[in-house]
Amino acid sequence: MGFTREADHGTPPALSTGKHVTLTIDGEAVTLPEGTSILRAASLTGTAIPKLCATDSVESFGSCRLCLVEVEGRAGYPASCTTPIAEGMVVRTQTERLKQLRRGVMELYISDHPLDCLTCAANGDCELQEQAGAVGLREVRYGYEGATNTGQAKDQSNPYFDFDPSKCIVCSRCVRACDEVQGTFALTIAGRGFGSKVSPSQNEDFLASECVSCGACVQACPTATLTEKTVVEIGTPDRAVVTTCAYCGVGCTFRAEMRGQELVRMVPWKDGKANRGHSCVKGRFAWGYVQHQDRILNPMIRSSVTEPWREVSWDEAIAYTASEFRRIQAQYGTRAVGGITSSRCTNEETFLVQKLVRQGFGNNNVDTCARVCHSPTGYGLKTTFGTSAGTQDFDSVMQADVILVIGANPTDGHPVFASRMKRRLRQGAKLIVVDPRRIDLVRSPHVEAAHHLPLRPGTNVALLTAMAHVVVTEKLYDEAFIRARCNWDEFQDWADFVSEAARSPEAIAPLTGVPPEDLRAAARLYATGGNAAIYYGLGVTEHSQGSSTVMAIANLAMATGNIGREGVGVNPLRGQNNVQGACDMGSFPHEFSGYRHVSDDVARGAFERAWGVTLDSEPGLRIPNMLDAATDGRFKALFIQGEDILQSDPNTHHVAAGLAAMECVVVQDLFLNETANYAHIFLPGSTFLEKDGTFTNAERRIQRVRKVMSPLNGYADWEIVQLVANAMDLGWSYAHPSEIMDEIAALTPTFAGVTYARLDAEGSLQWPANEAAPHGTPTMHVDGFARGPDGKGKFVVTDYVPTDEKTGPRFPLLLTTGRILSQYNVGAQTRRTGNTAWHPEDRLEIHPLDAENRGVNDGDWVSLRSRAGETTLRALITERVAPGVVYTTFHHPETQANVITTDYSDWATNCPEYKVTAVQVGLSNGPSDWQADYAGHAAQSRRIVSAEAAE
Amino acid sequence: MSEDGVMSTQDRLIYMANQIARNLEVEGPERATAMVAEHIRAFWDPAMRQSIVALAAARPEALSPIAAAAVGRIAAA
Repeated sequence: MGFTREADHGTPPALSTGKHVTLTIDGEAVTLPEGTSILRAASLTGTAIPKLCATDSVESFGSCRLCLVEVEGRAGYPASCTTPIAEGMVVRTQTERLKQLRRGVMELYISDHPLDCLTCAANGDCELQEQAGAVGLREVRYGYEGATNTGQAKDQSNPYFDFDPSKCIVCSRCVRACDEVQGTFALTIAGRGFGSKVSPSQNEDFLASECVSCGACVQACPTATLTEKTVVEIGTPDRAVVTTCAYCGVGCTFRAEMRGQELVRMVPWKDGKANRGHSCVKGRFAWGYVQHQDRILNPMIRSSVTEPWREVSWDEAIAYTASEFRRIQAQYGTRAVGGITSSRCTNEETFLVQKLVRQGFGNNNVDTCARVCHSPTGYGLKTTFGTSAGTQDFDSVMQADVILVIGANPTDGHPVFASRMKRRLRQGAKLIVVDPRRIDLVRSPHVEAAHHLPLRPGTNVALLTAMAHVVVTEKLYDEAFIRARCNWDEFQDWADFVSEAARSPEAIAPLTGVPPEDLRAAARLYATGGNAAIYYGLGVTEHSQGSSTVMAIANLAMATGNIGREGVGVNPLRGQNNVQGACDMGSFPHEFSGYRHVSDDVARGAFERAWGVTLDSEPGLRIPNMLDAATDGRFKALFIQGEDILQSDPNTHHVAAGLAAMECVVVQDLFLNETANYAHIFLPGSTFLEKDGTFTNAERRIQRVRKVMSPLNGYADWEIVQLVANAMDLGWSYAHPSEIMDEIAALTPTFAGVTYARLDAEGSLQWPANEAAPHGTPTMHVDGFARGPDGKGKFVVTDYVPTDEKTGPRFPLLLTTGRILSQYNVGAQTRRTGNTAWHPEDRLEIHPLDAENRGVNDGDWVSLRSRAGETTLRALITERVAPGVVYTTFHHPETQANVITTDYSDWATNCPEYKVTAVQVGLSNGPSDWQADYAGHAAQSRRIVSAEAAE
Repeated sequence: MSEDGVMSTQDRLIYMANQIARNLEVEGPERATAMVAEHIRAFWDPAMRQSIVALAAARPEALSPIAAAAVGRIAAA
């Protein structure tokens, strides 16, 4: 694809009424949906009416007076952006009078605009320049003396874009994009008339303002006023390739705009069905880690983790990997080794790692980072609905009347989807937030939750059961739906259970801390407020009852008939870009791709025939089980692709002990991550910009990842795994990831209709995509549930079992953990970008009462101790957390929040209980002993001897 | 959990079996026993299953009645 900007039709598509009207534009008859603007109608039929203040990402505004047209029978010159088309209308877009008027308008704009076009960053990509050309501006009669807005200082505070007010034409596209697209309302026009200026917050600079750096304003700006720093430095791009973001589970698609092999900027793709042209600070801007000096580009090995790394050739590293795994299996047995697939890598790469384990290692010891995030979603939704995935597409939220957000913080974790959600809330949908913290959604500009239920961490099941109690005892359930779609007897068993007085909102209030009248009102709203949709995150799953909570959510949706159509459903917000895909691809030790148990003879038989080996019919080890087996001496080698278990998994001491007990740990990653401190072989990985493949987002949407530059490390990750497999004599011969997808499709019924050709043609596909659903499946369970022979949903009785992690005199506070907008998970990528401007360290949020009791002031260093360990960080005093609850993020290895978290985990899946740890907080002088030791060990283990020096 | 925050593998297996049983006991003893046994068969690797069977024999008091009954079924299978 050569470089052209995406078409801008000036105003958004009309809301569909199903009616069309016919009009004449410049003598051509045109039929388009009712409500379409004349500007858009003209653009869609090939006529570009000059415009400045209109762009199709925001509603029309009618301020620039450039898009004037003549309409027969109407007086004056209406703005085409604000005038809807009408039956029989006759429009002229170019007349002598219009030309004169537009030139006059443009003359005024240019009289207060610098004339430095040749050295301007937007040269060749500037709408003002383009429109001056379009209207035939040849002179500016007013001169350039007198009052002017030029010569103002630039605001360069944002790490990614500059704001040059001298070039601003006050079209307010940036202000409207911030309001309508992003929903942050950080920008405004300050002053009046000639003195009008774009102002972030109250005349602050961009970095200090409420701006979240999503890029919507930069995208909307028609001049060089808001410009990416990379464009200032490099120049304009010359080609664009559509690809998929590698950060969170929203799965935004971007145009990677390139010059040669240099990435100039990432621009959200308007046709992307997950993001609809929007982006966040991570996907749009935080890709600098790709070229960061810390990236490891040569393979390295060492015989002991106390030795420095030795750079070696790819041949040597691959041969050594294969020989170590074969040696260890010969010595300790077939099941003494395993692998971990990555939710950061592509479906194809994930599929190959699990294939390496099952076919090559001959066991099922494969797991993935979903173990520590959404494994309870897999278990819970499979049990109740029959499919381990969310039920809707993101567009569905625009049909929701009631939105229940539980254990998720979308504005930080899934910001682009949060913007859609906020747009729907501004349209009038009601919001219920169930979260121990007062997250931003509870109250932010033009959004206010109808109910915030600030429950005590660890009481999700009790709260959801009490909501069910209200639904059942007040007879708010949907009997017709339940009788048609579920088993009535199972419903009655469940209804009897939840109806018991001990499960009423009043009875459980002492446990949850939630006022019963609020809980009752929230339950009534969910059950009776129209289309009700549930969105949840890791605050649901990362508990000792994570799976029970997922099932309790599913019960509630089924009981109220909120499943199987647009606007409703149960929607897990997936953490990582490809966590859905990694699960789909058979990364769990008990199941093949498409969620079929390894003991299923039919499924296993298909893989055995395709791969030419006998496969193990016994489930393998999950990550925590692998670590236990390692400390017991039964598990000796682990192949880890793209996951940093030492930093991300709970109870760092336990992880470190397990890794230290292994004879061969292989880490395939971009950087020497924390886990690599315990590794013997390092295989440098490639970034999403350097390879082809697919990611599957939280909507089950399979989207292409396209290579835009050569891998700096020499190979795409799938090629590296293939080299290892072939060194183990597995005889793989994939020439391109599309061939891996063909194998996945052949072996996985829900992917049967997926090919790269189909993905290119459709843009994306939501699985199931097969003969029954050739265009994919936006909404699941429409006519029946995907479970059992009868397609009935299953009500599961979820008993509240309190966690064993208890507060007491020594550990009186509850710690819960989460993410922040600008950083991503363990921070390996985002810490190596300009995003550190917003979050240079992890802070401990603590309520003023708890802080005062401990003599802690804002910014003080405090120790954070649990039964598992101790760390130190700086306090942030805030009422976002309730008294008795503290909160921190886990983005920085210096903090190592997981030194604190415990071994407790979900009863069904071993997903760790990150969200509840009993802790004590006290003043501290500086880093804990553990932090000091760890820093020393990390520095020691990262020494590298280059290939030349080794010889 | 021990005061240093790390359970032994044996203690953890017993803890896990009891935890599964405790979450399913609402189903009543007969169904819960079957469900616990099925859960362990579906999700625990063979070495973990062997260990829990051996632990049930060595430390019978450590398992709850439902967990013990479920492990008994696994041993008998």
